Amino acid sequence: MTATAGAPATARPADTPPPLPLLPRRRGVELALLVGAVLISVCGYAVVGLATHHALPGGAVRYGAGLGGLALLAHLAVRLRAPYADPLLLPTAVLLNGLGLVLIFRLDLETPGDHAAPTQLMWSTVGVMLFIAVVLLLGDHRVLQRYAYVCAALALLLMAAPILFPAVNGAKIWVRAAGFSIQPGEFAKVLITVFFAAYLAANHTALAHVGRRVVGLQLPAGRVLGPIVAIWLISVAVLVLERDLGTSLLFFGVFVVLLYVATGRTGWIAVGLLLAVVGAAAVGTLEPHVHGRVEDWQHPFAGIAEGRGPGQLAQSLFAFAAGGMLGTGLGQGHSALIGFAMKSDFILATFGEELGLAGLTALFLLYALLVARGYRAALGLDDPFGSLLGVGLAVLPALQVFVIAGGVMGLIPLTGMAMPFLAQGGSSVVTNWIIIALLVRLSDRARSPRPATPAPAHRRRPAPPPTAPAQGAGR
Amino acid sequence: MIRCIRHTAAFSFLLLVALLVNAARVQVVEAERYGANPADRRVAIARYAKPRGAVLVDGRPVTGSRDSGGRLRYERTYTDGPLYAPVTGFSSQTYGTSLLERAEDGILSGADDRLTAFPWWDRLTRTHRRGGDVHTTINARMQRAAFAGLGGKKGAVAAVEPRTGRILALVSSPSYEPGVLSGNGAAVDEAWRGLNGAARRPMLNRALQETYPPGSTFKVVTAAAALESGRITDIDAPTDAPDPYTLPGTATRLGNAAKDCEDAPLRYAFRASCNTVFARLGTELGLRTMAATARRFGFDDDRLRIPSPVAPSTFDTRMDRAQLALSAIGQYDTAATPLQMAMVAAVVANGGQLAPPYLVDKVTDAGGVMVAAGPHRPARQVVGPATAQQLQELMTDVVEHGSGRRAALKGVTVGGKTGTAQHGVRNEGMPYAWFISWAREKDGYEPAVAVAVVVEDAAADRADISGGGDAAPIARAVMAAALRRGPGR
Repeated sequence: MTATAGAPATARPADTPPPLPLLPRRRGVELALLVGAVLISVCGYAVVGLATHHALPGGAVRYGAGLGGLALLAHLAVRLRAPYADPLLLPTAVLLNGLGLVLIFRLDLETPGDHAAPTQLMWSTVGVMLFIAVVLLLGDHRVLQRYAYVCAALALLLMAAPILFPAVNGAKIWVRAAGFSIQPGEFAKVLITVFFAAYLAANHTALAHVGRRVVGLQLPAGRVLGPIVAIWLISVAVLVLERDLGTSLLFFGVFVVLLYVATGRTGWIAVGLLLAVVGAAAVGTLEPHVHGRVEDWQHPFAGIAEGRGPGQLAQSLFAFAAGGMLGTGLGQGHSALIGFAMKSDFILATFGEELGLAGLTALFLLYALLVARGYRAALGLDDPFGSLLGVGLAVLPALQVFVIAGGVMGLIPLTGMAMPFLAQGGSSVVTNWIIIALLVRLSDRARSPRPATPAPAHRRRPAPPPTAPAQGAGR
Repeated sequence: MIRCIRHTAAFSFLLLVALLVNAARVQVVEAERYGANPADRRVAIARYAKPRGAVLVDGRPVTGSRDSGGRLRYERTYTDGPLYAPVTGFSSQTYGTSLLERAEDGILSGADDRLTAFPWWDRLTRTHRRGGDVHTTINARMQRAAFAGLGGKKGAVAAVEPRTGRILALVSSPSYEPGVLSGNGAAVDEAWRGLNGAARRPMLNRALQETYPPGSTFKVVTAAAALESGRITDIDAPTDAPDPYTLPGTATRLGNAAKDCEDAPLRYAFRASCNTVFARLGTELGLRTMAATARRFGFDDDRLRIPSPVAPSTFDTRMDRAQLALSAIGQYDTAATPLQMAMVAAVVANGGQLAPPYLVDKVTDAGGVMVAAGPHRPARQVVGPATAQQLQELMTDVVEHGSGRRAALKGVTVGGKTGTAQHGVRNEGMPYAWFISWAREKDGYEPAVAVAVVVEDAAADRADISGGGDAAPIARAVMAAALRRGPGR
């Protein structure tokens, strides 16, 4: 993963040379990594077939060609419209998506009636197409800033939509139409992040102004903070109503982090953590569904002692334990014992059982790489909106991976959420591809030669330091 | 803003560290504890993922495996299930294993580390070894002869090779089909309940795990004690025994079914099975001598494994003289498994030496390479060769002139002892018919076989019950099979 620092063989003679001294674009590195990612996925697909049926799976060539074709198209789009983009983002996403397809294909073997892998491949295609569309059509991320309120409105609309549809497995997070079912909350999380970033970027100087002082904390003027808090509260309330606690947790986290980054006040972190603890404790005791999850987390094997047999969390822990250091090998585990949700919420258990701690560590590092490249883009940008959006888009997968992985591994109470790119779920895959597209767009701007782009008036101003001095003065 | 972004990134890094530490906790530190949880079906899935090794009789498998296609994939099948059930036991996915299936489970399931040269490598590569095969000492012809001889009547047969201790036949009747318990599901549960609730208790292994009062067959042990202790030196000298014999310290008078038992010499008393002579001998020899002799024959040994555990046969070590008198004729609390009584006959046939009985000849891996030989524990001297010689005379006399005539085989030296054991409250139960015997070729040197037969519900008419009438012909058939003689007289 030293591609950014090391590999020199990137300047491509075929490219039109930029007007300024050659900056490493590293599109060749990206292509090489993409080939590697596709090869790893195809090998995984073949290994599953060899381990379970002692023969190569019939669709191996089609699968490889499909994934490879998608990767190539995405690469061409990046090469065309975002030549300076971070070369690690796209290959990491392709590898994660490919591994997810392998795992879902592998679990399909355990459920003869239900084949989720082709559907997932279809949704992945849609996701990559949207990725290409975003990369091609969105020339400058700052355009999004103009549509901040549109985004907010759209997000609220999307989140409210499932209320009209029946609940599935206890959560009202689905919209069903014409044989398809989508989770609008997944798309809403990107929209709401765009809104948060745009609003906080536009107001971050105003936010530094001291408003009222409540219990030792300097609150910004209500006039500034009001709208964003209102929208945030509405969205969290809607999600709690729909029992989509994972997504509401995500919104909460993104909001607190962006507020902290925008204002530079550590106090927001303290308030956020306090609110999170109080909220979690309240929901954990009052809501029976969540209360059960907390009980499960504290005593994962209680069901066995009571003669009800192992619950899903216990089965998940058994699966991870059976994997050990090196795993049983793809296709040779028994994580199918988890049953319900084994392809979605609990897909990590299959990963842990069949690829072991070694594979799981590699997987977590892949996610960490993605998140780190998001922060890197945020640091490289000099417009506040871009930085905030970069941070938001990095925090989203970071929190999501932590919440679901920590949930299925007994670190924290289980919250139903999709492992980004890995888990079965069309809305999730599509959303994650849009996130990658936005990160590619941000990183392209961050790494491109500065004078080549015209700067908005406020762009050159260094991140205004209202934080330390203002706080210091206030006290 | 940059400082804050770095802080946020650091926070994300902490989340990653927490995930990795927790993953190591679950997958390495706690893995063994989680994996040992009985609710984790992986152990069972791995166990039944491959065909189980076979149990062989005369080199031919009497067990097999069936691919059920389920998650617990291979189920046990049995050929001649009822015939060999007292040897193999059952192997059930629901109810576990019994007898050889249990005792040799490690070999049969492939878990035994002896099946591989590099166990640690197998563990590292998660290789599931194929199960090994267990070759039994059972002789199929003798097993069938014994099974046919019992003909569904309640009872048991145990036969051993006196010189080696190899168990040649082990039959319990009525028997059951162990294959009906192999899988899992409602049918298996129903079969299990049916077999356990059956009045005739088909799953009871009467040859190994049920003890009966040995009755007059125990007189072999009493005679051995009398000869070994020097209490009797001449088996043709009169014994100074009254008829009837009043049990010491009581007014109970013990009588005989036979005539001429008063002062009868040991040879006649043994042939006619005089209770009075042996009861008096027992009290004269004393509890210590009697108990020690019985123990040397194998009574009161709760550690006998063949390798399935065998119920201990008992001879009380605390009783009064009247109880001792009854114990000396195989009544009161004296109780023996058929295998134990076969061992008694084997000691006599084998010059006074007891070769501990065993059922497993050798164990091979799936490729037929020997993994372990049978136990071959050293034989121990139970009675001196001279005593054994005299006991052989007494026993051949029973077959030639006494109650065991129906066990005689042409061209074969056969020694035997009949027994009819009273049991139940005030001896009201249907008596058990016993016969223990051994045989060797007339011109041979080594004894071929020692057999013990017990028949519980021998005949409807109580007066007719006798070891000689009901049990001896079965023993004869088994001995004939051992000596490759036809069933004719």
